[in-house]
Amino acid sequence: MAAGAGWRMGAGERGRRGAETLFRGLLFCVLGCGFCWGNSVERKIYIPLNKTAPCVRLLNATHQIGCQSSMNGDTGVIHVVEKAQDLKWVLTDGPHPPYMVLLDGELFTRELMLQLKGSSRISGLAVAISKPSPAQGFSPGLKCPNDGFGVYSNDYGPQYAHCNWTAWNPLGNGLAYEDFNFPIFLLEDANETQVIKQCYQDHNLPQNGSVPEYPLCAMQLFAHMHAVTNTVTCMRRSSLQTAFSLNPEEVCDALSDYNVWSTLKPINTSSKINPLDEVIIVATRIDSHSFFWNVAPGAESAVASFVTHLAAAEALHKVPDVQMLPRNIMFTFFQGETFDYIGSSRMVYDMKMDKFPIRLDNIHSFLELSQVALRNSSVLWVHTDPVSRRNDSIQPQVETLVEALINSSVGANVTLQEVGQSQPLPPSSFQRFLRAKSIPGVVLADHRTSFQNRYYQSMYDTAENILMKYPEGLSPEETLDYVTDTAKSLAEVATVVARALYQLAGGTGNTSAIQADPRTVSRMLYGFLIKTNNSWFQSIIKQDLKGLLGDELPQHYIAVTTLVNTTQLVQYVLANLTGTVVNFTKEECLNPEKTPNPEKEMYVYTWVQGSRDPNSTSRVPFCVQSTVHLTKAASPAFELKQWGSTEYSTWTESRWKDIRARIFLIASKELEDMVQLPFLLDLMLQPTVFTLAGTTDSALPSLQEDEACWRIPLFQASLL
Amino acid sequence: MGATVFFGCTFVAFGPAFSLFLLTVAGDPLRVIILVAGAFFWLVSLLLASLIWFISVQLSNREDSRLQYGLLVFGAAVSVLLQEAFRFAYFKLLKKADEGLATLTEDGQSPISLKQMAYVSGLSFGIISGVFSVINILADSIGPGIVGIHGDSPYYFITSAFLTMAVVFLHTFWGVIFFDACERRQYWSLALVVASHLITSGLTFLNPWYQASLIPIYIITVSMGIWAFFTAGGSLRNILSCLSCKQEEDNRVMVYSALQVPVED
Repeated sequence: MAAGAGWRMGAGERGRRGAETLFRGLLFCVLGCGFCWGNSVERKIYIPLNKTAPCVRLLNATHQIGCQSSMNGDTGVIHVVEKAQDLKWVLTDGPHPPYMVLLDGELFTRELMLQLKGSSRISGLAVAISKPSPAQGFSPGLKCPNDGFGVYSNDYGPQYAHCNWTAWNPLGNGLAYEDFNFPIFLLEDANETQVIKQCYQDHNLPQNGSVPEYPLCAMQLFAHMHAVTNTVTCMRRSSLQTAFSLNPEEVCDALSDYNVWSTLKPINTSSKINPLDEVIIVATRIDSHSFFWNVAPGAESAVASFVTHLAAAEALHKVPDVQMLPRNIMFTFFQGETFDYIGSSRMVYDMKMDKFPIRLDNIHSFLELSQVALRNSSVLWVHTDPVSRRNDSIQPQVETLVEALINSSVGANVTLQEVGQSQPLPPSSFQRFLRAKSIPGVVLADHRTSFQNRYYQSMYDTAENILMKYPEGLSPEETLDYVTDTAKSLAEVATVVARALYQLAGGTGNTSAIQADPRTVSRMLYGFLIKTNNSWFQSIIKQDLKGLLGDELPQHYIAVTTLVNTTQLVQYVLANLTGTVVNFTKEECLNPEKTPNPEKEMYVYTWVQGSRDPNSTSRVPFCVQSTVHLTKAASPAFELKQWGSTEYSTWTESRWKDIRARIFLIASKELEDMVQLPFLLDLMLQPTVFTLAGTTDSALPSLQEDEACWRIPLFQASLL
Repeated sequence: MGATVFFGCTFVAFGPAFSLFLLTVAGDPLRVIILVAGAFFWLVSLLLASLIWFISVQLSNREDSRLQYGLLVFGAAVSVLLQEAFRFAYFKLLKKADEGLATLTEDGQSPISLKQMAYVSGLSFGIISGVFSVINILADSIGPGIVGIHGDSPYYFITSAFLTMAVVFLHTFWGVIFFDACERRQYWSLALVVASHLITSGLTFLNPWYQASLIPIYIITVSMGIWAFFTAGGSLRNILSCLSCKQEEDNRVMVYSALQVPVED
């Protein structure tokens, strides 16, 4: 349109249009500069804290947990608490409440938090991450994770319900499941923590016994949450909004994402498999959680296990006669297990509702990898369900399963031991399958009773927790390929699992050839724990997904946005490790349904960008054929609109508008008075002004000087 | 802090301007028109000045902080010269408008004198430049923090407000002197106005050192005020008569009561 009009435009008109555009552009520049941050006055006043993680509000059927600030952020005078005694100043002595507490990571305990929670002198909390991790362990999760959503209840093994037999996570202080009415932020960057401490030392430190003087250093935390009470309330409000409002403002979203699964032998996903086909399910969880939003390194609680699982899948796919095995194997990666088994409960629901190609009846057995990285003298514990083992048809199958595992560990550097038959299963996805049907199955874990992991679901569950150590001075490429001891030991577990699976699937060949690759394990550990933006991950993802790789520590929180980084990366790694490269063009790869390939129903095709050619900067993309699928991992409670469900997970995350933190100085009353004083002076000054105005006006005929004089007192009176 | 500082600074900066506007301008539609048009002229001058500065920054090496500082000084000087040029343009326009207005009236007299126009246009320049120099600072003063976390003076807001008040006054005085000088073709007065404007603008570059900028600027303001006062036809007699306005007020009251319609008693 504009170009067409330009043709018929006269020269003069064109010139005018040009000037107008110039003017508009200029106006835009001026306004744009005014709006962007970097306003120099703001920079003189505030130091924004950029490397922080907030604690946000999550809700379930009955409770709200997490934190929130008031609408315009909470402000308080900073007080650094490095010892428990420092708290006295904040809670009783300090003359400038409310206080914003900068808490040392070591002191972030339940006792102290409950003390702060009960005080009205606290406006918020910033927690400095403690390095090294607290020696006494730290887990903000529950002592009995996912209680009530596993298999044990009053109807099924009542003696095991509610962790009566053992508390799986004895260090769990339950902080992440408390509701705080003040904001809590994590300071991830030691430099920023130092800036705050410096500001505190310069301004807030009591000088030889006297109270500190203004101006004081203060902090403001913004984390206002839109949802309240529980999921029932917030989902009702959201649905009312979507039903009646043109501009719906939802207040919370269900935690949901996708499960990743693939099968050893390809199956047609558009139909059901034969009812007589048998499938062995291997499962791990791929998500974690901590007190803070999107801080979920989950090294021991998730990454080590799913990396082992991936390595086992790769090892099995390399076996030559694997397509001839009588039973199929399904590799399953459940998302959202931390939040009352979102992923597994959805898969079981889909299987029951016949929305999944595999039915519950097709499941031959179940093998789950729980936390496996922190083994004591290489012992891997085999957990089974004592209740279903009482069933005579299940018992022998479980025994075969355990036997196969123990057989495969012969010669490997892993000792498998069965825990007592009277011990219940640890928290595991398998429990959700047992809820639906008695299936023979085992859960492998590094702990016999309570967890070995001292940092379960915390921000300290990082690579250091699973003892991953790299020598100094390695380049990123060398670090990626460096085989750590952790990688070696996980590869051994993967080897045992792969060999056992081969036997269980009916393989009769020699299992000693099945070997998981420690180098792949170390690459995966590096990618999922240290840096996703590495050359290997770059080469195996689609070109348009470069954004999911980053240089910061990878986090494994399920979140409310679909397809989080972890899910996609697990998908591509699994496709890379278990798939085959096919000679397709880009068009064929992206639209396999158009090709005359008879197997296109059975496979998924991915066009990946390939590795960088060492001699040039371009990449060599190729097509990968795999059986890797995604299925929804959203709790059935939301499908069924049962927001108060006790059967399915009901976790939702509140929405928010603004989450940020900043520090600045606040002024004393005296300075405020100083600003007020000139205002009063100004009032006194005004007669002079008016005299001048009046006398200037003396030359003006319409306003007499006396008139001006006469009005001043009146005007001043009205101002006062 | 927030609201206290905001209102304190707003009243400091614009209290006098507001009173002047209310008392001497608001009552007369013609003066209001001159005020708004004057503000527009000042804005156009700012637009041109910012354009020149913006282009020069774009064309120069942005990493060179000395050069950028130099460009800022240059931009300020250009802005001052442009403002004065637009004041002159506005003077010319008002002269033309004045002739037109005179032909419209019955007695052939202009309804507004040149001195009135000078004062109102000066005030308009003052108000608009005051608004532009302080509004973003006022906006930031609403927040909870004060300046000083990087070691700056905590008196930033209040200094800015006083500076703005001085600028409003200065523009008013310059307006009065400038128009008078144009009318009488007193080129040295014009030069003095431009020079004092340049000096004032230059003094703000001393700014973290507030006493060095604020005190000289106020000295300039007061001297300009005295000059403007006498230029506008003020004299000691005016002041004395004004100071003794109580007496006149009495007179007025008397006259006022004398004008009263006889009441029943």
